[in-house]
Amino acid sequence: MMKQRACSHPASRALRTRSGVAGLLAATFLASASLIHPATAQDGETTITAVMHSGLRVLDPIITTAHITRNHGYMIYDVLVATDENFEPQPQMADWTISDDNLVYTFTLRDGLTFHDGEPVTAADAVASLNRWGERDSGGQLIFDVTESLEATDDKTIVWTLEKPFPALLDTIGKQSAIPPFIMPERVASGSADEAITDYTGSGPFVFVEEEYEPGVSVTYEKFEDYVPRDEEPSWMAGGKDVKVDRVEWVTMPDAQTTINALISGEIDYIEQVQVDLLPLLETSQDVVVETRDDLGYQTIGRMNFLYPPFDDVKIRQAAMMALSQEDVLGTLIGNPEYYTTCGAIFGCGTPLADETGSETLTSGGDVEGAKQLLEEAGYDNTPVVLMQPTDVVSLTAQPVVAAQALREAGFNVDMQAMDWQTLVTRRASQAEPSEGGWNLFFTNWMVPEINSPLISPMLNGRGDEAWFGWPTDEKIEELRAEFIAADTPEKQKEVAAKIQAHNMENVNYIPLGQYIMPQARRDNITGMIPSPVPVFWNVEKSE
Amino acid sequence: MLGYIIRRILAVIPVMTIVAVFVFLLLRLTPGDPAAIIAGDMATPAQLDRIRDSLGLNDPLYVQFITWVGNLLQGDLGTSIISNTSVTGMISERIWPTVNIALLTIIISVLLAVPMGVVAAWRHKSWIDYGVMSFSVLGFSIPVFVIGYIFIQIFSNELRWLPVQGYIPPSESIGGFLARAILPCLTLATIYVALIARMTRASMLEVLGEDYIRTARAKGVKEDIVLFRHALRNAAVPIMTIIGTGFALLIGGVVVTESVFNIPGIGRLTVDAILARDYPVIQGMILLTSGIYVLINLLIDLSYTFIDPRIRY
Repeated sequence: MMKQRACSHPASRALRTRSGVAGLLAATFLASASLIHPATAQDGETTITAVMHSGLRVLDPIITTAHITRNHGYMIYDVLVATDENFEPQPQMADWTISDDNLVYTFTLRDGLTFHDGEPVTAADAVASLNRWGERDSGGQLIFDVTESLEATDDKTIVWTLEKPFPALLDTIGKQSAIPPFIMPERVASGSADEAITDYTGSGPFVFVEEEYEPGVSVTYEKFEDYVPRDEEPSWMAGGKDVKVDRVEWVTMPDAQTTINALISGEIDYIEQVQVDLLPLLETSQDVVVETRDDLGYQTIGRMNFLYPPFDDVKIRQAAMMALSQEDVLGTLIGNPEYYTTCGAIFGCGTPLADETGSETLTSGGDVEGAKQLLEEAGYDNTPVVLMQPTDVVSLTAQPVVAAQALREAGFNVDMQAMDWQTLVTRRASQAEPSEGGWNLFFTNWMVPEINSPLISPMLNGRGDEAWFGWPTDEKIEELRAEFIAADTPEKQKEVAAKIQAHNMENVNYIPLGQYIMPQARRDNITGMIPSPVPVFWNVEKSE
Repeated sequence: MLGYIIRRILAVIPVMTIVAVFVFLLLRLTPGDPAAIIAGDMATPAQLDRIRDSLGLNDPLYVQFITWVGNLLQGDLGTSIISNTSVTGMISERIWPTVNIALLTIIISVLLAVPMGVVAAWRHKSWIDYGVMSFSVLGFSIPVFVIGYIFIQIFSNELRWLPVQGYIPPSESIGGFLARAILPCLTLATIYVALIARMTRASMLEVLGEDYIRTARAKGVKEDIVLFRHALRNAAVPIMTIIGTGFALLIGGVVVTESVFNIPGIGRLTVDAILARDYPVIQGMILLTSGIYVLINLLIDLSYTFIDPRIRY
């Protein structure tokens, strides 16, 4: 009787309820077992925890030009040829010889190359990988346009025969960005270049730990014990890739303030990119080093739509460029002059092809009065300029606002439309009229090594509908690009590059708006990071 | 009762069907192209088109819908367009941090808020009442990220008692879980304590004015028994409702808190998927969230019968 009464007592029920909640909680704890972070570093292992500029979601470095996927590519894959800090191609997986007529390139794979599954890397793997890369990469497409054959003549020898000389072949297959020809097993690389791979076997210095991968959250790499580094000192993407830690974990942190707090407290070891306005927070910490890894940095640019008024008129394009001031754009975007520089070179300042011809107005504060005069001469009829403004990408929010003000001051009728970046990238692909879902002007940023040559800079393609968004039909620039391809010495290349620079500033294929640098930050016990546009983790040590 | 439960569960089918159709169409009408995200900045229109083809995004809308529903009926939410991994797998990995944080938050909130609300009502118009109400207004008004940053500054940066960020599942380490979960849970609890305390106070004030309370007091029943057995039980229905919907909101994802404390929960998964136009993940998440809301509402309705025997279905 007492027992029954006790059970019906509210307190007892409450107790039962609490037991239920506790049970549910315990069940939840148990159920979540091993679903998140299933494994962590073993005792004694050295692990670097790094926060990269974005989360890794696409694992195929050939299908995408996303920088984070390229960085992932350099962790787990290797390349035949790599560019060093002097912009020179160097042997990485292979040495080469070139025939006297410059038509036959013979590559020989070095000894000791092994995939992560234990299979040796063969010439057939390299040929399949180069073919797949050639379908996706614009520079690769240019080489394959003049390719007679590409074949593996034995396990270690690749023979690439051209119909006509392509002096920049080694530069193109050795480029470090968008898209490097990473070497994959033939079984992987023989698939379509338009479908993402699902087998992530590489032969690079790190192994991708697939079971610990959480898209957009974290990715783990382990040292590849069988990797044989080259003997040379590391230099950019070239040289010995000597791994000195056991694991590297890339974690994604969506909040910049939290990332900085985590570095100061020692919960993470490295931040790839620190927003310049947050740097003062790190200056108070004595255990943190802030530095520039990549002296070249980024170029910010404006691109117009050549198909519709008002920018189908070269004079109006010139007026728009004349109204803009690099200093105003960079000052608003970055703020701290230590981390930006005005630069009128379309191939980027600090690169072998740098030339600033025709950029004086841009780099010296703009000329609104001159722009007004040009607009009047062109007979501008107040056609609205649809300017797309992305609101969710920190490095792209300032440019449209500054440009809109400058253009309005010059007399343009600017219709600035705010949208998220995804909407912008979809809309910029539209060739509809600006008033019907098209556009007139947008801004974006490039890593300088992605635009430092007319062969790879997408804005310098003048093939109309086949060109990059904006679709200029520009026969002159196509002639100059062909001339550049044929130039067989650095001096001749520089000469042609200067002509392309002058033509761009005359025709306004795009508007270079200057260069900026994103500093990195690390705990002071992380040493040996290589100065490079791509953050790499070979040669890096972590002390206690 | 059993008939009621079956009817309610069956009612889920049309609700989820409407949600599925609506979400599918809405996403397809939203500007954005996942192929552009995959291919990156340099892709030409022809390359984008080929990628769209390979992803099935060029198929007619009805073909895409039938394929998706067909897979859904077999329990397959599809594959993420962007990361090429199973949506079910992604959600099952990301839901547990959210569930664990939500449970701890709601426990903390109830344990603090209900006594606060009861005492505030009991000492109506006293300094305690004004104190509780002031806290409620503040807790409900300050943005959650501000509270989060303040907690991090005090407990992580200054006192160094707790980690700044991260998540460790309780199965791996209870201590590690609590150390990382306590700040986000307290941050979220600030809002829910404010909400539940206000509701408890209002509900209790109404009940405390009833005749049976006066009668109980006149009979000499102890005040704590009057408050917690007589008054609180009768005031519990609206309190349970607010707790239940609060829990559903927490499970639905708390993006800002997850971002500030770097918790890999489903709120961030949803936002990332929306920004990348990862249709299968968005569809999966909205279906899941709708299902959770329907289920929690059902549980709340059922709980009424236990709290108040006068309620019958």
